Formats: sequence, structure tokens, C-alpha cells
Amino acid sequence: MHLATYVGLLHGGEGTLADAYDMIRAGHAEEKEVARTCRLLAAQCREHVSMLAPIVERYGEHRETEPERLHADTLPSTRSGGVGLLRDLQDLLLLATLVDCTWTAVYQAAQALRDHDLIAAVSACQPETKVQLAWLTTQLKAAAPQALLVAK
Amino acid sequence: MTDRIADIWGERTPHTPQQPWPVRVDTMLDEGVGEAAVSWVPSVCVLCSNGCGCEIAVAGGRMVGIRGRAVDRVNHGRLGPKGLYGWQAANSPDRLTRPLIRRDGVLTESTWDEAMSLITDTSQHLLAESGPLSHGFYSTGQMFIEEYYTLGVIGKAGLGTPHMDGNTRLCTATAAAAFKENFGSDGQPGSYTDLDVTDAIFLYGHNMAETQTVLWARILDRLAAPNPPVLVCVDPRRSNVADAAEVHLPIRPGTNMALLNGLIQQLIELDAVDHDWVAAHTIGYDDLARTAAAYPLDKVADICGVPARDIRRAAEIFTTAPSVMSTVLQGVYQSNQATASACQVNNLHLLRGLIGRPGSGLLQMNGQPTAQNNRETGAGGDLPGFRNWDNPEHIEQLARLWNVDPLKIPHWAESTHAMQIFRYAEQGSIRLLWIVGTNPAVSMPDLARIRRILADERLFVIVQDCFPTETTELADVVLPAAMWGERTGTCTNVDRTVHLSDKAVDPPGQARSDLDIFCDYAQRMDLRDRDGNPLIGWHDPEGAFAAWRECTRGRPCDYTGISYEQLRAGGVQWPCNDAHPDGTERLYTDGVFPTAADECETYGHDLLTGAGVSPQQYALFDPAGRAMLKTAHYQPVDPSSGDYPLVLTTGRTVYHFHTRTKTGRARQLNDAAPGPWVEVNVDDATRLGLAEGDLALVETENGAVRLPVRVARGRPGTVFIPFHYGTWDDPDELPRAANELVDTVWDPVSKQPQFKLAAARITRLGPGAHPTPAPANTASAPAEPEPSLAAAARGPREGGA
Repeated sequence: MHLATYVGLLHGGEGTLADAYDMIRAGHAEEKEVARTCRLLAAQCREHVSMLAPIVERYGEHRETEPERLHADTLPSTRSGGVGLLRDLQDLLLLATLVDCTWTAVYQAAQALRDHDLIAAVSACQPETKVQLAWLTTQLKAAAPQALLVAK
Repeated sequence: MTDRIADIWGERTPHTPQQPWPVRVDTMLDEGVGEAAVSWVPSVCVLCSNGCGCEIAVAGGRMVGIRGRAVDRVNHGRLGPKGLYGWQAANSPDRLTRPLIRRDGVLTESTWDEAMSLITDTSQHLLAESGPLSHGFYSTGQMFIEEYYTLGVIGKAGLGTPHMDGNTRLCTATAAAAFKENFGSDGQPGSYTDLDVTDAIFLYGHNMAETQTVLWARILDRLAAPNPPVLVCVDPRRSNVADAAEVHLPIRPGTNMALLNGLIQQLIELDAVDHDWVAAHTIGYDDLARTAAAYPLDKVADICGVPARDIRRAAEIFTTAPSVMSTVLQGVYQSNQATASACQVNNLHLLRGLIGRPGSGLLQMNGQPTAQNNRETGAGGDLPGFRNWDNPEHIEQLARLWNVDPLKIPHWAESTHAMQIFRYAEQGSIRLLWIVGTNPAVSMPDLARIRRILADERLFVIVQDCFPTETTELADVVLPAAMWGERTGTCTNVDRTVHLSDKAVDPPGQARSDLDIFCDYAQRMDLRDRDGNPLIGWHDPEGAFAAWRECTRGRPCDYTGISYEQLRAGGVQWPCNDAHPDGTERLYTDGVFPTAADECETYGHDLLTGAGVSPQQYALFDPAGRAMLKTAHYQPVDPSSGDYPLVLTTGRTVYHFHTRTKTGRARQLNDAAPGPWVEVNVDDATRLGLAEGDLALVETENGAVRLPVRVARGRPGTVFIPFHYGTWDDPDELPRAANELVDTVWDPVSKQPQFKLAAARITRLGPGAHPTPAPANTASAPAEPEPSLAAAARGPREGGA
């Protein structure tokens, strides 16, 4: 059974995403709205991590380590300026997308297993991940023209 | 007339719900001027958001006085202290009368041709080099429809920049945002007449007694007669509203959302939901109820720091009163979770179906007299006529109307809000910033940063105003503008009443109307439509109004039935069209809301993060005329910390408007509140060794100001500073503006800055040289009145609440 691999991917992915939000918050402190919301979303991801704890305990957790395999790398650093912010938002979008589709895969398995606890965990967390994606997309759409056309 | 500085709300004219609000005409004329010697010009007061119909007295080509219009539906003849005395500023000797250009670092008098040529040369150069995203416009809540709309067309169809907003972002953005989230579109549902018959009034963060004195007088007249409404006041300060209320909830700053979720939970627990109405006219009830369930009474009382029994009593009033009016202002809009909280006030009404009926409705207040028009016309962060930037058909309508390519109209995202415009200017990507009729160097958060941005040599700053201000001091070009009474135009108040303000006198010197200035710019820039015709096809106010009417055809704010002639007889409420030739008193009387996907102004946002809802997502749950019961959980904020143990809130005093550009130049108003102060709760003052009249240092992480202390009646742990006071008339040149202290933080949905939640500390510097210049008859009243102060504090209230 490979569910443990996916639970591990999710558990690790939410933690990585939380760290990434924190890093963007610190690196773009002058972008007040981005910084403030990243603080909120980092806390949300950590809440997801703790909601996953009993699931991890039940199924175990297999962390994928081979670099060519799908797993979320922590962001090395943040960039600066308008284009830098755009690129960092894209990185966050990629990480959040990975988390989102992992939730989807786990949800499918949870239904097949008829695991009510796991179904409840996904139902509580994945809608918030979807809002995170929508927020990142909203920010990206607003920031792109200025960054790509007129930013210094 | 009595001294309306002492007697803020004037004589009582009591009435019951069965009687009309009596007429009381307030008049003020210059000393020695008789009524026989003047002619009267119809107008509307623009010194608060109430929008009182008035007439300007003219003699010898000068404004010499004012009186309220007896026939006007808004005020029945009354005027407040600002309206009665504020007009005198027009005659102030320090008006701007010549354009100024900065030469070798000094603002120097120039001609209009020189100033406009410099502007258009710079504008053309930047457009060629960087395109329209190099241009930003930051306007006001003070212009007229004709001026806003012209500016909006210039920016959105002529230049093609999304960087247009008004200082309405600071005062009224959340009102609009909450309407859009719940009802699909901006638009005030209620009417002031609802206050005449209602059974209960809830005022959330709204010190109406000081911010809209004539509206408060309307309530005082009910309170002085049989069958008065019951009042509930949510405000950490002990305002005159709180004094008159049956329940006062002085909640901990930042906890509105917890209180409102708690009230919704109580309403459900008390089984007061009108389930049939909710099922027929709303979506989202299950989510709302699930969220509210997490806010039981004791928990809410603990979060908000007020007794559970008081919250319970407020909930009982809301659930049992046959009709309820709710009003909301800056205590919600400028605090934590602004839009989410304002939406919960709307939700409370939706849960009981208390909307669109006499005595039941909402007044999500505006901060300024013409703020509504900035929201309607497209000069600010919205498209004209409440159109949806994300709806291609709405963009197509505008493109047809203006005869331009749809892609010319920036609609790839929401318009850039004011805080982001200043951020782009700070980063050097906006290089031309045109500021009209506002004073960000006093009114924006973190003034040191705003000064730095405006002074940056990379930014070309145009300031269009009537007076020298802290902001004109930082301009590259200053354009002298005509004031109220010196130009013609229309504006719309909080209850959708449209008024005409006719030109009464000529502007001084070479000052020109805002409309003339914008038309001149459009002509010099040679802005044209798709067929090569001038984009701005009008030259005077009535022509601009006709164009605006056409823009509103078929939209919720339909002006097509309104003419200048009709407005000269008194105010009219939109929508006014063939179907409603006399206007419309209330919206949503049939419980149908403009939420259909093809009609709504926005597809909405997540209230917690501001994440946008996509058209595809919206189509999946298309409310199709039903209101949306949106919700969110309370997000705790604890701004105070070890070094900064107090919470600073900023706000208004009754005698001043905005940054006192006008009210500071009216003798009576200036004398009534000549300088700023800091209010400290009496227990805190004792603990900190502060006495009335002491000079204190107030500090936050952003800055420090030195102010005289008023030992006052606010909530323990909070301090209050009025935000009106900048430096232009400051003899001491000590830092004193409240916004030196405020950090740059804004609501994720409405983008309204958070002025009412800063961590602060206060230290005694020593005894002050003068008595603290704070009014004693308002929320600023001293906690333990000294004999002289006590007399002033009592005086006005004896006739009132």
C-alpha cells in the first residue's frame, strides 16, 4: 500500500509550504498585504500539519527522498523587486498546487477505504488550500502587468 | 440661532413614528448682513457624508451665509456646526489663486499654460517611454459626479491606467465591499426616513453624534418623543451615542468579528431566524450557522472584554424589535477584519429579512459627502455604473459607450487601490501621480513614508486643491481649484439622495473648476475615440451629467430620469428612470438582489484572505437574485505588546472635517478644537501618573508625537488621537499628526487601511502650558469634569438625549 507515501508527501508538503510562506513574508516585508496574508497562511498550513498527525500515526509516513521524485523543496531564498515578487508568488503557487493535488489523491483513496476520519481531514483542509491557490492567483494577476512592463 | 458650537445638535423638535420629522431651518449670515440683501443659491453641504440640502447666501459676489433647505428630504432645514460655519473658508485670504511650478526646489507662480504644458509634456514623455502604467491618480470624496466621471473616462479610456483611486479608500471602501459581497453590488439599501419609524437602532463603530450631526439630531428628536427607538452602541469610547444607548458595548479594539459572530449565534439560539425568507432570498445559511456555532456567549464576552449579559441584551433587542436599522462606520471599516465584519451586520438583517421595509435597513455609512460618487463613476477603484471588471459584456458596454477598443480599458484585474498606488510610486514604477482634492501627507498611514514617497525626485507630483496643504508643499505642480459654491455639479449621499450644487460665486484669482482642468488636460493630450473624435465630448457640468446618465442606463444606480431642473427643487434618490420617475426610497423591497452572474459588480472574495472568486466558480453557485450570507472566523489580533502595552485608535471630532483644510479656516470651528490631544482612560492615567493638561509623548513602532493629555472616559488600555491635525497651522512644529504613528496595514478585501489598531505607549513629559484643547461636550469629554469643563459638557446635552 502506497498511501503512506502520499500521507508523507502531504505532511511534508504542508510543512514546506508553511516555511515557504514564512520566507516570503520575511523577504517581502514591504509588500504589506502579501506579508500579512503569508503569516496567516503559514499558520493555516501548520494547522493542517497537526490535523494530519493522527493520520500519520495510523498509516505511517514514507518520505520520498530521491530528488528526481515529486517532493517539495524548501525555497532557497526570496528575490527582490516587482519581478522578484512575481517569481516568488509563482513558486508558492507551484508548492500549493502540489499540496492541493496530493490532497485530491489522498481523498480518492480515503473514499475507497471508507476512512471517515481521513475524509473529514481532507474536507476541512483542502478547501483552505484551494483558497490559498485563489489568493496566490489573485496576487499574481494584479502584480504581473506592473512587474513585467514598468518595474525598475 | 443658538451658539451651535456649544449646542451641537440644536433645539429638539420631537416627533413620534406617526408624525413627520418637523422642519427646522438653521441659518447663518455674516454679521451685519440682512436676509433682504442676499440671493440664495441651491446647494448641498459637503462637510460630512450626510448631504444636507442647503442654500448659499450671496451678496456682492461673495458668499455671506448659508441656510438649510426646508423642503429637502435629508435635513428638513437643519445644518450642523460644520455646515453652518465651514463655508467661511471660501473667503479665506490664503486660497490658491495661481498655478505653481517647482523651480530650483521652490514652488513659483506660473501661468495655466505653463503649468498644463509641463503636465502634458511629462505625461506624453512617460507614456512614450513606459506606457500608461506609469500614471496614477489619487482623488477625493469631495468632487462632483461630473468631475469624477470625466476623470474616470480620461484615465480608463484615454490613458488606459488601472491606477486610479480616491481617499474614499480610507473612509468608505468597506461599505462598498460589504454590499458587493452580500448583495452583489454596491448601493445603499436604506433610507434616512427609516430612522423616523424604526424600533431599534444599532450603531457599530459609528459615533454619529459627531460624524453626522444632523442625522443624530433626527434620532434625538425620536428619543425626545413617545415610542422612541432603543439604541445599541458598539464603541470603545464613551460617545454621546453611548450615553443615549440602552446597551453600550465598549469592546476591545479589533474584536468586531467575534462580537458579530456571537450576535449571529445568539440570533440562531433565540430561534429568531426567518427561515422561509432566508430560504427564498439567500444562499449560504449552513456555512454561516456552522461558523457562528463556534462563538458561544461566554467565549465572545471573553474575547471582546464586555459582560455577557450586555451582549445577550443586545441580541434580544435585535431579535425582538419589529424593525431594526443598523449603521456602520470607521470603528468597523478601519479595524481588524473590516469587510468580514461589515458583512456580518448585513447578514444579521438578512437572517430576519429586515431589509427593504420601512424602519428596517442598513446604512453602511460613507465618510465623505461625495464618496458614493467616486464609487459609482469610475474615478476610483471601481468601473463606472457598478460594472464588473471580470465580466466581458460589462467591458463591452463601456467600450461601446466610449467608442474605444475594449482592451484600452484596463480590466485584467481589479483597479489598483490607493495603498498599492503609493507602493508602486515608492518603487519607482508609477512616475506621475496626480492628487486631486486630498491631503495624503496628513491622512495616510505612516506619514514619514508618505512624505518620502512624495518628495522622491523620480516621482512627478501634481496636486490640485483650493488651499496650500502639507501635500502641496511636496508637489512639482500645484493647480488652484474652485471650491464648493464656485462650480456646479451633483453628488449623492449615503441614502442615495442626489443633490445639485449650483455655482454661487466666481472662484478667486485664476482658480478653475476641476472639470475645466480635466477637460483642458484631455484636449491638450488630444485624447480621442476610435473614430478620431474627442474622447471627452462635453465642456460643461450639464454636458458631463448627460454623459454620466447614459453610462448608468439599466444599471442599479440608474440616473437616467434625473435632470438638473428636477434637482433644483430638492434631492432625488436613485435609481430614477422611466419606471421610477420620482426616484426610489428603498432598494430590495422585493428581496431580489443584483447577484445574478450577468448583473453583479463582482464575483466576490474570500473574506479571510481576499482571494478572488473566478467567473467559473461563481457560475457554479449563481445566486441569481439571492443575497449571499458570507462568513469568516474571527482572527485574533493583539497589537499591544510588552514595549507598547496600549492600543491606539484614531478618529474624528465633531468640529473638523478630514485634515481641516476648510474647517481649520472657519473661526468658530477652529476655536472649538484648535489643536490635537490624546485621550487616556482615567484609570490608565492614574497608573501612568498623567493628569489633565499634561504634555505626553505617544509612541508606536512607526513614530512619536507630543500631545496634551485629556483624561477621558474611553475603554481602559486604549488611547485616542483625532487624526485631523497636520502641520500647516502648527506654531510649535512638534510632530503631532496621529498618522505619524499608524502602520501601513489594510483589509484584505476592501483594502481600507487599519487606522484603529496600533500598539502604543505613553510617557509624561511634564505639565502643559495650556489647557488641553479637546471639546468637553463630545466623546472627548473629561472623565472627572473640572467645574468649568463640566458646565460646557452638560450644556448641550440638556436639550438632547
